Amino acid sequence: MTLATPADYVVQLKGIVKRFPGVLANDGIALDIKRGEIHCLLGENGAGKTTLMRVLYGLYQPDAGEILLNGKPIQISSPRAALTHHIGMVHQHFRLVPTLSVEENIILGLDEGTGLFLNLRKTRKKIEKIAQEYGLQVDPQTKVWQLSVGQRQRVEILKALYREADILIMDEPTSVLTPQEVDQLFATLRTLVDDGLTIIFITHKLDEVMQVSDRVTVLRQGKLVATLPTSQTDKPSLARLMVGREVIFRLEKSPLQRGEKLLEVNGLHALSDRGLQALRNVSFDIYGGEILSVAGVSGNGQAELAEVLTGLRRATKGRVILLGKAITNRSAREIADLGVAHVPAERIKMGIVPNMSVRENLILKDYRHPPFSRGVFLNYKKAEANAQRAMADYQIAAPSDNTAAKLLSGGNIQRMVLARELLGNPRLIVAAHPTYGLDVGATEQVRQVLLKQRDQGAAILLISEDLEEVMALSDRILVMFSGEVMGIVDAEGAKIDEIGLMMAGERKEEVEVASTEVA
Amino acid sequence: MRAPKWLKIERRPVPSGRTIFTVSILAILAALVVAGIFFQAYGVSAIRAYQLIVKGALGSKLGLAETVRRAIPLLLCGVGLTIAFRALFWNIGAEGQLLLGAVAAAGVALFSGLPDVLLLPAMFIAGFLAGALWGLIPAALKARLGINDVITTLMMNYIAIYLVEWLIHGPWKGTQMRGFAYTDKFPSAAMLPLIPGTRIHWPTLVLGLVLAVAAYILITRIRQGFEIRVVGENPDAARFAGISHLKTTLLVMFISGGLAGLAGVGEMAGIHGMLRSATQISMGYGYTAIIVAWLARRNPLAVIVTSLLFGVIMAGGDVIKVSLGLPFQLINLFNGLILFFLIGSELLMHYRISFSFGRR
Repeated sequence: MTLATPADYVVQLKGIVKRFPGVLANDGIALDIKRGEIHCLLGENGAGKTTLMRVLYGLYQPDAGEILLNGKPIQISSPRAALTHHIGMVHQHFRLVPTLSVEENIILGLDEGTGLFLNLRKTRKKIEKIAQEYGLQVDPQTKVWQLSVGQRQRVEILKALYREADILIMDEPTSVLTPQEVDQLFATLRTLVDDGLTIIFITHKLDEVMQVSDRVTVLRQGKLVATLPTSQTDKPSLARLMVGREVIFRLEKSPLQRGEKLLEVNGLHALSDRGLQALRNVSFDIYGGEILSVAGVSGNGQAELAEVLTGLRRATKGRVILLGKAITNRSAREIADLGVAHVPAERIKMGIVPNMSVRENLILKDYRHPPFSRGVFLNYKKAEANAQRAMADYQIAAPSDNTAAKLLSGGNIQRMVLARELLGNPRLIVAAHPTYGLDVGATEQVRQVLLKQRDQGAAILLISEDLEEVMALSDRILVMFSGEVMGIVDAEGAKIDEIGLMMAGERKEEVEVASTEVA
Repeated sequence: MRAPKWLKIERRPVPSGRTIFTVSILAILAALVVAGIFFQAYGVSAIRAYQLIVKGALGSKLGLAETVRRAIPLLLCGVGLTIAFRALFWNIGAEGQLLLGAVAAAGVALFSGLPDVLLLPAMFIAGFLAGALWGLIPAALKARLGINDVITTLMMNYIAIYLVEWLIHGPWKGTQMRGFAYTDKFPSAAMLPLIPGTRIHWPTLVLGLVLAVAAYILITRIRQGFEIRVVGENPDAARFAGISHLKTTLLVMFISGGLAGLAGVGEMAGIHGMLRSATQISMGYGYTAIIVAWLARRNPLAVIVTSLLFGVIMAGGDVIKVSLGLPFQLINLFNGLILFFLIGSELLMHYRISFSFGRR
């Protein structure tokens, strides 16, 4: 291997240190990015990947260290300054105004957009040219709210390219895409790189690193662990670098012990918040001791399904029967009291009260029942004992049970939610994206907990976009598209391609016909 | 918009009790400084004005008594408001709820014909219920129809004010009052005992203190208080946990309105002995109580202290009116400034601001 000269490096970060109160997010990181490469930043949640890139994008000012662009030291005081240096970023959570059109979003904040009247003809031409070049087709005049998630991401990339970025930072870009959309994104990234752009790709998924990157840098707890050419490494070694120990990729799953039918859903219909049909004629059963996964791209009715089953949304038609008892449109409280646990998708928005203590958050569901309640009084002694036990059983790392929940890390918040929801051994667990955004350690623990509940006879409805997780945990897989059930397949022997096609709107029968034709 | 390099602003996760206390004191000091400019503009030394206020309100037995008497309605309204604010219900209507309590007390005192021993208890019960009812209307409007609580509670104050004016000019106008717009005087059995030589109607004071403690217990120890806090801190989590937003909202406004109603009863049976013009009954207790509750950081026990502080300011207002010939409205200005700086200081509590010169 020839030694790289400084001229090969488009960006060099030297000794970057970034502190937040009580956290050292970046601890003297030195990172070199070569011109024209796709460079993956790999690490668990909280490893400091996003912080480091926000420093490069001018959102944070480093406490120490310097940034070199083409060998020259520069100050990046704001994202606007980053753009003048041709550095663009596509955030994990898109920064688009849904009610504006694609072209309006693209010029937002640029000089073209500051005049009294907009003249978008030139803009439109330029957008169409860029779109053509890189296969980022999207109609400039469509309103953003009408676009799918994948299309919105394209708009974000267009936005950066329109601003003539030649260094593009992508923060976990695949977390919301279908497998097909991921392939398309990777193809786009390849054409961008062939055209001389440099891409920094933040991820915690090993598959993606192997698939897309030229080189990979692993961060752990704010420190840089290694930078390697992707061709000279493999998944297990990257995983080891990432967590600092061996990771078990295969979960030990005991054979299915199907119990009685716990939940029966019949012809369920429901509306979304916007009043659109979110669920159409959804029917399925779940038995004790099994995990039924609901796979699908987000926004295809999974969220509404979880809400209807847990009493947070009204069904407009159809029936939900729990252990032979009709619970359709019962209140959330009644359904919870019947033994239905809910691990909500938006765990911070809905699952916890951020300003209240761990102790109080742990009794959020059961505070009305003994032993936490005696008459109208709450029994804080019992709540404290419960918190101590939960913190030990679920390894919730918190300074004390009196700490405000918002001070906990994402993984610990999810452990806390699980500890609370699984209190009193629920019959049915509705778990929505239970490992989304968690690091490898916490993910593994959450999955083990769910498997344990399954083995103890609980029925689990697992909503997840992570196909690897779906394949690893489920006994059966239900695929949803546009509020409808595309099909239910046994996880044993299920093909990921077929599930991908069903996620894109093909029915199980069609998929099976297609695959037999090929065979 | 970007901050200059020497200025660093960072979020601090949870402000400590000491930070909250220091910041609150600083807010009051800032209000004093700015209000001082107005005293100076009137040609009065601000230092002298403040000396007079403190001496007038705390320097004599009479001043002290006046401070406490002003603090009583502030205490009752303020405690109620902490409960509403905990559930993030913005009750700006304690003024109207207080007036409704006064109307109900006057109605019972003048027209019920109840035996003497029952009269005062009936006045307090009726006053509580009337204030509570006045509070429940905006609560129901918000919880059922999503109508903005700030606007409805504020507007209902005006309805209450004109209700009082109509009653004293019309149906309830006194026969012994030689044309003045008052009701008749209450019978003596409808009057509260005072601490001799003062205007402190001590039963209302005791009631206020007991209710402050009760409200504290409600918030920290009782199931419904837990629900109130969950609804206020995260309505989505409350819905998730099956806590009824409607019931909780109605409960907090039943309490908040009721306590303001009790304050109205106290003013009637302790001070005035008749229903008279709304501005004479209340002088803005219900509004000042908002600041009292806010300065207490929504802690009912702390309201005992903050209501006394504002008692000083109000009693001091009498002093600057009498000895300096300045308008009493200066006190409203002062109150407004305190609230302004308090709300401004919220930001200071949640962010750490540091200056660094020369480095980098």
